[in-house]
Amino acid sequence: MINTTLLTNQISTILAMAPDTTASVLSQTPTEIGTGPKWILLIIGLPMLTSLLCGLYAIIGNKTKLPAWTTVAGAGIAFLATVAMYLSFDGTPYTVHAFDWIQVYFGDKAMIANFSFYIDTLTIYWMLFVTGLATLIALYASEYMSHDVGTSYCRFFGAFGLFVFSMACLVMGDNLLMLYLGWEGVGLCSYLLIGYFYKKPEAVAAAKKAFIVNRIGDLGLALGIYLTFVHFGTLEYAVLFNDPTLLGYIEAAKTGNFEAIPAIAQWIPILFMIGAFGKSAQFPLYVWLPDAMEGPTPVSALIHAATMVTAGVYLIARTYPLFLTSEFALPIVAWVGTITALLAATIAMAQFDIKRIMAYSTVSQLGYMFAGLGVLTPTGGVYHVLTHAFFKALLFLCCGAVMHGFAGQLDLRKLSGLKNVKGWGIVTIGMLIGCINLAGVPFTAGYFSKDTIIAEAFVTPGTSMIGWILLFTAGLTAYYTFRVFFRVFMGPVEYHPGDEHHDDDGHDDGHDGGGVGGFHPHAPGWAVNSVLITLSVLSIAASGLYFVGGNKEAHTKHYAQTMVMSSTASYDSPYSKHAIHAAQESNDPNAGVGPRGTIDKALEVPIIGGDPHKMMYYISAVVGIVGIALAWFLHLFGRTNAAECKMDPIAKRFGPIPKMAENKWYVDEFYAMIFVTPLRIISHIFHWIDKLLVDGIVNLFGYLPRIFAWIIRPSQSGILQGYAVSMAGGLTILLLVVFVIVMQGGVS
Amino acid sequence: MEITLAQMAFPEALPAITMAHYLFVSAAMFVMGLIGFLTRKNMIVMFLCTELMFQGAGLALIAFGRHHLAADGQTFVIFVLCVAAAEAAMALALVVLLFRHKETLSAQAWKELHG
Repeated sequence: MINTTLLTNQISTILAMAPDTTASVLSQTPTEIGTGPKWILLIIGLPMLTSLLCGLYAIIGNKTKLPAWTTVAGAGIAFLATVAMYLSFDGTPYTVHAFDWIQVYFGDKAMIANFSFYIDTLTIYWMLFVTGLATLIALYASEYMSHDVGTSYCRFFGAFGLFVFSMACLVMGDNLLMLYLGWEGVGLCSYLLIGYFYKKPEAVAAAKKAFIVNRIGDLGLALGIYLTFVHFGTLEYAVLFNDPTLLGYIEAAKTGNFEAIPAIAQWIPILFMIGAFGKSAQFPLYVWLPDAMEGPTPVSALIHAATMVTAGVYLIARTYPLFLTSEFALPIVAWVGTITALLAATIAMAQFDIKRIMAYSTVSQLGYMFAGLGVLTPTGGVYHVLTHAFFKALLFLCCGAVMHGFAGQLDLRKLSGLKNVKGWGIVTIGMLIGCINLAGVPFTAGYFSKDTIIAEAFVTPGTSMIGWILLFTAGLTAYYTFRVFFRVFMGPVEYHPGDEHHDDDGHDDGHDGGGVGGFHPHAPGWAVNSVLITLSVLSIAASGLYFVGGNKEAHTKHYAQTMVMSSTASYDSPYSKHAIHAAQESNDPNAGVGPRGTIDKALEVPIIGGDPHKMMYYISAVVGIVGIALAWFLHLFGRTNAAECKMDPIAKRFGPIPKMAENKWYVDEFYAMIFVTPLRIISHIFHWIDKLLVDGIVNLFGYLPRIFAWIIRPSQSGILQGYAVSMAGGLTILLLVVFVIVMQGGVS
Repeated sequence: MEITLAQMAFPEALPAITMAHYLFVSAAMFVMGLIGFLTRKNMIVMFLCTELMFQGAGLALIAFGRHHLAADGQTFVIFVLCVAAAEAAMALALVVLLFRHKETLSAQAWKELHG
């Protein structure tokens, strides 16, 4: 955060300097919104239907894999419908109306939030990989969850279908309230699926942690939506992004005149951002995501790597025009993303649980996406979402296959050389493909998408520090990624089963060697392997998207850019173009001059005198390969068993630092001290106030009649004459009273 | 001075029985009954004492009714007698049941019915 002030001072300059190309900020935002065909509702309806069917199966006590096939079919048809939606899309965004949902009129204002869907290129882009991955991962889960066939199996796929439905609402909704509905829906499904093994205390704690941490972010989002309505008077994207007020603000922001934009409008993106930080696990709200790995691996792959956690990126991309109107929002997004990327990468380097390494890697890569959005390249951020979705889902599913096959073993010190174990070839290849993508090996999809972000950080004025940090983090990423690969899949064969091993398959001979105690790894079956193959192919193919799909008319260079530029996330940073010019015609004094000012050449070409976009190909390739080489030398070269490697003595030289990184820099402990413990103390105080004061008053009213009864009880003596005497005495007193009154002449 | 009903009914030669006489007898019956009720322990006797108190009260009612030349008092006494008859049936049945439990008529035997 050190440089935020510096950067915020510059953001006005940035936008002020933007030449007229920035007019394209919203030039492609459609003013004409068509009405779409109704069959698009299939994409929403089918996952919901499969979810309900799974509930029905649970009620009738289905003990087969029917829920899985139902979900695969539902998600698959939804995917085909999405493809059809993509192919039939003619460039004009349209809405599809399902039914009227909330329509409140007050005076001349109306809050309209219909259950309808807004389809533009960003929606299509997102839905393609959401439904596609959901189909593949449901297929994977059909085998992965097969130990739990029965009610739990139905429960899993019921929540799975509900998740796809919620995600579709989030992405496709045509107003912010629909987005919020989906946002909460995916949060709920995430909670249900993290806590799937509800008999495990860790899983329950992780589910609660995820839910509670997300609530903090959700509060921000809810307040942001509220402010949006208060200020702009609408929640519908189609109206909001064509609102003359908003367009006026963006014009003001372009000239750096942020004083002209009311503070309330500038607060909206900051509140949205808090929501995005919660859902997308950014610092300081990232702590829930690593713990969420307690859920089944398909859940980790789909929800906590590929789709749900990118909802924050989607939110910012979708409301990018709002973010442009704030002086502080985008710089904060950029810096928080960068810090998260670095922090999570350092933690990932020191973990031993391979699923946790992947979880921290997800946090780190999400940081890259946020940094991309923050440094004015929504294209880079959104492209990285897609490539990351494929390769991280692939990596998680490979880890899941290992975990499944080795009885829950995830410790990289207890697994080695799986490459040479029979039946694990496809997993090894899948893992390798995922790793080279994540590490940013040249010509992989991860390499291109990451470079887009880093290069843009160097190009955009004032953010080169972000670029350097991200570049350094890319090296760390390559190291920790290949640390996993070299430890688990390469080297001598050795494996120890995890604690889910029960010695149930007795025979002990003829296995591949390396196992202990008669343990047989249980190689993945056709469903898992076919999904891994498909995802491997997709991960590689995603790099092709960097070369195809450019549109000359829209001045876009590749597929993701085309998709982003014709949506509301459209922002065409002027700096990349001018940097190219500056590099090509470096002697031309007018190279960096735009209509609204001169762009300082020093800012544009900060590294090695070339166009950052081009230079980045070489620099980040070198960084990635250095990281991999380091991992090879420290974790594979000369390693003779699973537990020990060359890194161990080196780690000792760093003193307490590796230990601190392994313990996640004690962030959880810090939060426990700062937030959890005080809250617990306060709740204990309130518990005792409740117990003593509130319960005391209630009990006092209970005791009062008893005390009174205790006083008057002796009067019921059991002696008949005693009662008679009382009666006679009472009568006497009464008579005396009457007598006295009569004597005094009171009654006449 | 007005002539009372009693003066009209009886010749002057006889000593006049005034309202006070009736009330005196009534009060005496009531107090005897009360004293009996408070001092005796036999439940049947206690019951008889309550009957005595009833009749004392009834006599006073009749006396007043006659004094005011109104039928209310006498009507009321008829009702009281009915109630007393029903009550006698009940009370004696109860006494018999209580006797069967403890083989005694003493009210002291039921001392344990305290709060």
